[in-house]
Amino acid sequence: MAPITVTTTINGEAVSYLCEGDETLLDVLRDRLGLTGAKEGCSTGDCGACSVVLDGRVVCSCLVLGAEAAGREIETIEGMADGETLHPLQEKFIEHAALQCGVCTPGILVAAQVLLARNPSPSEEEVRFGLAGNLCRCTGYDKIVRAVLDAADTMRDGQ
Amino acid sequence: MRYEAPENIETAVKLLAGETGNARVLAGGTDLLVQLRLGHVEPDLVVDIKRIAGLQAITAEDGGFRIGAAVSGAQLGEHDGVRALWPGVVEAVGLIGSTQVQGRASIGGNLCNASPAADAVPALVAAGAVATIAGPDGRREVAVENFATGPGRTVLAAAEIVESILLPARAPGSSDAYLRFIPRSEMDIAVVGAGISLTMAGSGKCSGARVALGAVAERVLLVEEAGEALTGTNLDDRALSRMGDAVAAACRPIDDKRGTKVFRTKVARVLAIRAAKIALERAGRA
Ligand SMILES: Cc1cc2nc3c(=O)[nH]c(=O)nc-3n(C[C@H](O)[C@H](O)[C@H](O)COP(=O)(O)OP(=O)(O)OC[C@H]3O[C@@H](n4cnc5c(N)ncnc54)[C@H](O)[C@@H]3O)c2cc1C
Ligand code: FES
Ligand code: FES
Repeated sequence: MAPITVTTTINGEAVSYLCEGDETLLDVLRDRLGLTGAKEGCSTGDCGACSVVLDGRVVCSCLVLGAEAAGREIETIEGMADGETLHPLQEKFIEHAALQCGVCTPGILVAAQVLLARNPSPSEEEVRFGLAGNLCRCTGYDKIVRAVLDAADTMRDGQ
Repeated sequence: MRYEAPENIETAVKLLAGETGNARVLAGGTDLLVQLRLGHVEPDLVVDIKRIAGLQAITAEDGGFRIGAAVSGAQLGEHDGVRALWPGVVEAVGLIGSTQVQGRASIGGNLCNASPAADAVPALVAAGAVATIAGPDGRREVAVENFATGPGRTVLAAAEIVESILLPARAPGSSDAYLRFIPRSEMDIAVVGAGISLTMAGSGKCSGARVALGAVAERVLLVEEAGEALTGTNLDDRALSRMGDAVAAACRPIDDKRGTKVFRTKVARVLAIRAAKIALERAGRA
């Protein structure tokens, strides 16, 4: 099979790539485009380390084909900071030490950003349910939840 | 593996029909891409149906709603009209996976994957939902309870695609509910699922009920005797208990790491009774 040519938008920029029919968006991002922020934890939709935003919804990029992205809008962790200025979620993750090895962190940040965009004042329970698809084997989650809630406060104050 | 994303259903059917090797439909991919990854399926052709007009649309129809087969869980959960009319279906679909999975998993995919433990299916069966299927010979309709024939097996013939699922109109005083049992609070496969839909007439008596069970047989079951046990009653304890007995009698589960036969049968009874109470309470507000 000849590879498929895909034109899409990633972090606001038009991007074209070639991919095989059975290649996942995660593999395209990491291996073809050098966007290695999204991580491969399980490749079966269970861990959320590969989370990206596809047309406004957070998805597991390991369960999306690269070919499906044609004409869509994708946002990845690489688009989160504004140049050298970190996003409030990123700031709060550092402040609360909400990461250890960091493998889960890009996926959690992306998922948390979408969660806060839809619900700017979530309860602790809403954060825990909203992020249930993001596994972390290091932190025990408490610091992550606190960082997200604190970032929500900061972001609301900033408005 | 060839990937195609046609823009109308006729082309999709033709592509499937024209493939001499193994062809698969792709909706949200939350089952299919996992199976691909694990090597359980090796399709030569994948036909993505998400670009087909209408397959991701929810439209009002004759007092009910037609749900495009590729509508995602997240999309359904945000639809106020469906939430008000069929809250049990929406809560069942909403239980499928994480936020990430919800953004992709479709109601048609849940049905077509034909897992006996699929969460949306008992609620759809209880609702009396009807699937519209498009294929090489045109369109046909199949009641959702007759759709799966066993684990991973359905009535779909080669090159057939589920196009939409109709959730019918409801009489006043009707509602539905779905409950499942899993060992944790999120992200797990149902050990038992119970969906129930009922109508309470102005007299305070139930004028009709449908009860469906997941994960207690080789496919989702419609338990007609359980619905009949509620009909004509006001869902007092005796009626609920008789309904529970009918549920337990219909269970033919397997023993596995998630639960024994005895446990599953007992839980099915409990969940069906609880779901009936929730549906009754909702019907009072409907
Ligand atoms: C992490 C995770 C958690 C999950 N949790 C749950 C859960 O809690 N409960 C649950 O029930 N399921 C769960 N699932 C399974 C899955 O998400 C659901 O079954 C989902 O509804 C499948 O929909 P889909 O659109 O992704 O299907 P796909 O993967 O696209 O398709 C599934 C199957 O159906 C076929 N198909 C799809 N659409 C059509 C159509 N319109 N016509 C003909 N054939 C079609 C495909 O060829 C494929 O064989 C989970 C999956 C993951 C990865
Ligand atoms: S790598 Fe995608 S969910 Fe784990
Ligand atoms: S910080 Fe290591 S997995 Fe979360």
